[in-house]
Amino acid sequence: MLSRVADSLYWMSRYFERADNCARVVDASQSLILSRRAITSGERWDRALTMMGLPAGAGGDPHDAIRRLAADGDNRSSIVACLAAARENAAQVREEISAEMWEQLNRLYHEAVGLGVDVQDDESVMRLVAAVREGSYSFHGVSETTMTHGEGWRFVQLGKFTERACAVSMLLDAYLATPGEAEADDLDWVALLASCAAFDCYCKVFTADLQPDRIAELLLLHPEFPYSVHYSVERMYVSLGAITSSSAGRQRAHIGRVIGRLRSSLAFATVPELLAGDLHAFLHGVVEQCRALHAAVHDAYIDYPIEIAFEG
Amino acid sequence: MSRSLANPPVENPKIPALLPSAPGLFQGYTQSSAFDEMFDAKMQPRRPYRKLHKELLRLTHGELLQNKQKADLSFFHQGITFTVYGRNEATERIFPHDLLPRIISAAEWDVIERGLTQRIIALNLFLKDIYNDRRIVGDRVVPGEIVYTCRHFRRQMIGVKVPRDVYVSVMGTDLVRLPDGRFVVLEDNLRVPSGVSYMLSGRKVMKQIFPTLFRKCGVRPIEQYSQTLLSTLRALAPEGCTDPTIVLLTPGVYNSAYFEHAFLARQMGIELVEGRDLVVHNNMVYMRTTRGLTRVHVIYRRVDDDFLDPLAFRVDSSLGAPGLFSAYRAGSVTLANALGTGVADDKAIYAFVPKMIKYYLDQDPILDNVETLLMWDRVQCAHVADNLHQFVVKAVGESGGYGMLIGPQSTEEGRRDMRDRLLADPRNYIAQPVLALSTAPCFVDGSIAPRHVDLRPYVLFGDKVSIVPGGLTRVALRKGSLIVNSSQGGGSKDTWVLQS
Repeated sequence: MLSRVADSLYWMSRYFERADNCARVVDASQSLILSRRAITSGERWDRALTMMGLPAGAGGDPHDAIRRLAADGDNRSSIVACLAAARENAAQVREEISAEMWEQLNRLYHEAVGLGVDVQDDESVMRLVAAVREGSYSFHGVSETTMTHGEGWRFVQLGKFTERACAVSMLLDAYLATPGEAEADDLDWVALLASCAAFDCYCKVFTADLQPDRIAELLLLHPEFPYSVHYSVERMYVSLGAITSSSAGRQRAHIGRVIGRLRSSLAFATVPELLAGDLHAFLHGVVEQCRALHAAVHDAYIDYPIEIAFEG
Repeated sequence: MSRSLANPPVENPKIPALLPSAPGLFQGYTQSSAFDEMFDAKMQPRRPYRKLHKELLRLTHGELLQNKQKADLSFFHQGITFTVYGRNEATERIFPHDLLPRIISAAEWDVIERGLTQRIIALNLFLKDIYNDRRIVGDRVVPGEIVYTCRHFRRQMIGVKVPRDVYVSVMGTDLVRLPDGRFVVLEDNLRVPSGVSYMLSGRKVMKQIFPTLFRKCGVRPIEQYSQTLLSTLRALAPEGCTDPTIVLLTPGVYNSAYFEHAFLARQMGIELVEGRDLVVHNNMVYMRTTRGLTRVHVIYRRVDDDFLDPLAFRVDSSLGAPGLFSAYRAGSVTLANALGTGVADDKAIYAFVPKMIKYYLDQDPILDNVETLLMWDRVQCAHVADNLHQFVVKAVGESGGYGMLIGPQSTEEGRRDMRDRLLADPRNYIAQPVLALSTAPCFVDGSIAPRHVDLRPYVLFGDKVSIVPGGLTRVALRKGSLIVNSSQGGGSKDTWVLQS
C-alpha cells in the first residue's frame, strides 16, 4: 500500500475519533453544568480543555469553553474542525475506503456544518453533539462491515485506538491526578464516565456506588471495556503486529519493544499502587509512549529516509 | 446496483399523454443546413438509425422521461461526476448525459479507423523526426519557425530515445461531420486526452436501459478499453523489462478529471499515485509504500509536461517528482504519453498534418482536416482580422473551448479584443470557417430535438494501433450552440458502432 494512502487512513480515523471524544466531553460537561447551581468546577473543565489542546477559558467560564470545543473553526480540536480534517483525509483515499464509509462521513460533516452552532444557544450545541454521536455509531458500523480488513484497515484501527488511549489518559489525568480547589463529587464522576460512554458499564460492574478507584479500574485497566486505556492499547498491539509482520529488522524490533512495554505496564498495574504512587506521571507516560509509537510507525512506514529503504 | 435501479419509484402525474402517432416524440424536429445523424433531407431515418427510430416511436414521453431519470440516477450512484468549483465550496455534478445513442455504421467506422491509424502513425513519425533528424524541416515541408516557436516544443527531448519510437500512445482525436456527410479532424489531442471514463460508464448505463434495442442493433463492444490500454502501456516498458510495474500518475483529488484517473487505475488494477508518492534515486523511479520502495517502470501520466519535474520544468510544481525527467532520459522509466507531444497538436502544426502524412507515408490522408488559415501568414491574418465575424479564431495552444472566438456569435467588443490580440501575436492564432457540425436527436426539455455533436474516439498505440469501436460523442446541449466542451454546457452520448 502507498505510504500516503496509509497515512491518510490513519489520520482520517484519528481525527474522527477525536471529534467523537470531543463530542462526548462536551455532552457530559454540558450536562454537569446544567445540574449545578454554582459553577464550582470551572477550573477542572479548564484543565480538560488544556488536555484537548486548548488554552483555558476566560475566567474559567465553562460555557465559553464548551462552545469552543464544539464549533470554533479556528480551534483545530473542535468537533467541526476534526470532522473536516477526517473528511479531508478520507477524500484523499476514497478508493481505499468503502463507498458507505465516505457517504457516512460526508453526510455527518455536512450535517455538523449545516447545524450552524450558535455560541449563545445551548440547544444548538446539544443538537451537534447528538448528531455526532449517532453519526459516529453509524460510521464505526459501516467501517467494520464494509471495509476490507486488510492492511489499510490496520492503519484505521491504529489511528482510532492511539487517539482513544491518549484521550482517555488525559481525561483521567484531569479528573483524578490533578488536585483541584473543590472536592469532586458524584456529578463529576458521572461526567467523567459519560465522557467515555462508560456509565452503564460501570454500574454493571460495580453498581452505582461511584468511587474514584473503581472508575480508574474501569477506564484505565479493564481489559474488555472498549473505552479503557488497556483495551485500546491491546487493539494497537494487534494492529501493529499486522503492520510490522512483513517488514524486516530494526524498526520492527523497536516498535515491538515500545508496545510491549506499554502493554505490560497496564497489564500488571493495580489501582491501589497507582493511586498511592504518581498517577499523573503514569498517565503521562502512557501518552508519551503512544506518541513514541506514532513516531516510530511514521518513520518506518510513512516517511522513511530513502537511504534506509535502500539498505533494506 | 443495476438490479435496484430496474424499477425506481418514478411518478409523472403531471405529464400529459402525448399523441402516440407519427411523428410522435419527433414532433417539431427541424432540420438545419447541418448534416443530421438520424434523418436524411426527406426526414426519413437513415439506415443505421432505423431500429432506434422505430423504438422511439413506440415509446411514450413518460417512458422516455422515466428512462432518463433511471440513467441519471445510475450515473449519480456510480459517482460519475465532475467537480465544479464555486466561490466557497466545490460541488459535484453528474456529467450531463443524453439518453439517445449516436450510431455509426460499420462502413463509416472503417474509414474513421483507417484514417486515425494513419494519422497516429504519421504524428509519431513527425515527433520522432523533429526531436531527432528534423528532416521535415530541412525539406521545407513544415516551417521550422512554427515548430520551434511552439510553446509545447521541448528542447529537452532532442535526442531522447523513447521505447518503440512511440511518443503518442493515447490519442483522443476530435472529429466532426460536415454537411456533405464526411468526417473531418477538428483537432488532435496528443497530451493527456480525457473523457474515456464517460465513454465506458455511459455504455454501462445504456446497456441497463435499452438492453433489447442494444441486442437488436448489434453494437460492437468497447469494454475491452482498459485491458487494451494496459497492454499498450506494458508494450512500452523500458527495454529488457519483462514484468513492468505500471502506475497512473494523477495531479490529485482536486483535479477535475480525478474521477477518471481513479476509475482507470481501478479498471486496470494499477496503483494510482501522486507526485509525492514517487522518489527518484540513481535515475530510477520508485513509489513509497508501507513495505518500502517499489520500482516503477511505466507511468501513465495524467499530469501536463510542465508539472512533471520541478528540476526540469516548472520549479514551482509540486505535482511531479524531482529527477523524473533525468530518469526518463536515462531510459529507466517510460512516460505515456512521452514528453513534448504537445508540439504536434498545436493548432498551427495541425494545419500541416495532411502534408506530414504525404511526406512520411506517401499516402493521401484518409480523413481530411478542417480548412485552416495560419495567422502566422501575414496576408491571411489581415484578411481574417478584417472579417472576424465569418471565422472561428482559436489560440494554438489552448484546449477545452478556451481562448476562442466564434465570429457569427461574437459581440463587437469581443471582436475588437480578438483583433488586437491577433495582430499583436499572429503566431498564436489560427482561423477556421464556421462549421455546421452535424446534429443528432437529443432528449432535451421534454422532447426530441436536434443538437450539434462531435466525436472523440480514443486511439491507442503500443506495439500496434488499436481503437475501440466508438468513442465519446459530445453534445452541445444548449440550442444552437456549437461548443461541446463539458466546462461550457456540453454533455455526452453513448456512441454505437454497428457490427454490420
